[in-house]
Amino acid sequence: MATVAEIRVHRGRRSEVALLAIAVLIAVLARALVDYHADVLELRDLGIYALTAVGLATTAHLVLRRYAPSADTVLLPAVFALNGIGIAMIRRIDFAYAERGRDTTFGNVQIGWAILGIALMIGVILLVRDHRVLRRYTYTAGLVGLIGLMLPLFPVIGTEINGARIWIHLFGRSLQPAEFAKIALVIFFAGYLVTNRDTLALAGPKFLGMRFPRPRDMGPLVLVWLASMLVQVYERDLGTSLLFFGVFLAMLYVATERLSWVIVGLGMFVAGAAFAGTVFAHVHSRYEAWLHALDPAVYASGASEQLVRGLFGMASGGLLGTGLGEGRPDLVPYAESDFIISSLGEELGLTGVMAILTLYVIIVQRAMRTAIGVRDGFGKLLAVGLGFSLALQVFIVVGGVTRVIPLTGLTTPFLAYGGSSMLANWIVVGLILRISDQARRPSQEVS
Amino acid sequence: MSQISITLLRLGFLILLWALVLSAIGVLRSDLYGTRVTSRGKGMNRRKTDARADKMATPSRAATGVRTGGMSPRESTAAHLAVTAGPLKGTTIPLGSAPVMIGRAATCTVVIEDDYCSSRHCRVYPDGGQWMVEDLGSTNGTFLSNQRVDDPVPFHVGDKLSLGATAIELRS
Repeated sequence: MATVAEIRVHRGRRSEVALLAIAVLIAVLARALVDYHADVLELRDLGIYALTAVGLATTAHLVLRRYAPSADTVLLPAVFALNGIGIAMIRRIDFAYAERGRDTTFGNVQIGWAILGIALMIGVILLVRDHRVLRRYTYTAGLVGLIGLMLPLFPVIGTEINGARIWIHLFGRSLQPAEFAKIALVIFFAGYLVTNRDTLALAGPKFLGMRFPRPRDMGPLVLVWLASMLVQVYERDLGTSLLFFGVFLAMLYVATERLSWVIVGLGMFVAGAAFAGTVFAHVHSRYEAWLHALDPAVYASGASEQLVRGLFGMASGGLLGTGLGEGRPDLVPYAESDFIISSLGEELGLTGVMAILTLYVIIVQRAMRTAIGVRDGFGKLLAVGLGFSLALQVFIVVGGVTRVIPLTGLTTPFLAYGGSSMLANWIVVGLILRISDQARRPSQEVS
Repeated sequence: MSQISITLLRLGFLILLWALVLSAIGVLRSDLYGTRVTSRGKGMNRRKTDARADKMATPSRAATGVRTGGMSPRESTAAHLAVTAGPLKGTTIPLGSAPVMIGRAATCTVVIEDDYCSSRHCRVYPDGGQWMVEDLGSTNGTFLSNQRVDDPVPFHVGDKLSLGATAIELRS
């Protein structure tokens, strides 16, 4: 026999204010250091930047206070801090490029994307008053997600940049539809699994002490596997394919509590990836560059040059880093987007990168905690899927840059330069905040 | 700015980063929500609790029917039900003015995990200054001092109520 008592919730909106203040301070100090080293430090510009940051933080906080009063308090400050660090770093790389005669305005564009992202997050909070309405769009979301994922393969709008075909061209801007497809597919997986988890969880033969799924229940897994393999081969992007398959597998495991799904799925993925690596030349060269990155022949051919330069950059950063604005992150190609982690590693050192990774851990932990706390199955799966997609994406990017797994073209959420990623991840934050509001609200107030 | 102040700012930035991380974790530590489940004599603690219950519910008291009083002064003034045998052995249920439902269903006041109990087995309720007990159509029956209970009968202090493997005594 056990007694069940409800714990009173401290909404903690005041601690959110304190944490947001630190986050804004981090953003402003980072920019001040960057500007100082580039000799463009003007107090007026810095003041405008600081006021904008304070204004955005206050707006976001007030919206949460009014429309999602029980929402998680740590999520927003952590994302704000990551955004601030990212913008400062991108601005710093702009200055480094300018020194070498290449004019870029990545930093200012990124500020625009961040503001738009926060506006989208607020939009999600205002429009989606209850995450359960999203369940109605399960199959619509699935269709939209699949189309989004396959969009870069279509002629005319799909474009190939640096060997990966994951962009589409619309209105003179390039866009990564996979970032948005991620959200749509997580909604689809959550809606699908919450309806069908019983058949996936209960039936099947027992083998090696584990209950394995029946072959005829393997349909969805095989379908998602095929889609992810197509992405890997035709869009030439291991990262996106790994992300989708991993998120589906994680949600399947959470929905059914059966480890056998994970084992079967991972086996299928490894087999598929190994097959692609032996059959398709471009996949093979990616694996070569990863396994033999420091081989002079591979380096000289240019296959692993970017990766190795990034490693050298991080090594020169050491424990405490060279300091913002004092390193040479621009020596790595795409230092502002794919390799922002190695730029940060160089200038903030291991200490700074660890802090950044811990911020990601906190964000993901909040998503998982929300999943435990929320009362409906759809919400649980949605929160797990969104949180896990963030975690896996960070793992794939940071793992690629640090040579744990083959390098891929995914973006670091909130840090890397890129509009699609910024907007999509702010939407994810909005959704998690909305679900956490339901999770933390006392039960008698939940409708 | 001098070199030293730049170095200090550089390190200060790292400290600020970690300040955010650590204070966020600090907020998380105090951020508990949801429900807390307190186990009462189940699972890992079962044996320990049973041993303590054995000690508390001395057989002589139950066997002789002699009222020896409660464990504390507060308990001795209020009437309560004491479980002397069965899965809940050692539990006391204070009696107020509300009826007490006993059975296997989670909605009961006293939930007994016993296959010989019905989901809504019997009910103890106050009526005109005394406690009554009535059977709610249980499969295996309720017995008050070895007499089968059907219609409501008075439940006197010291009487032993049996249902399944459970024995409950009314104490004042």
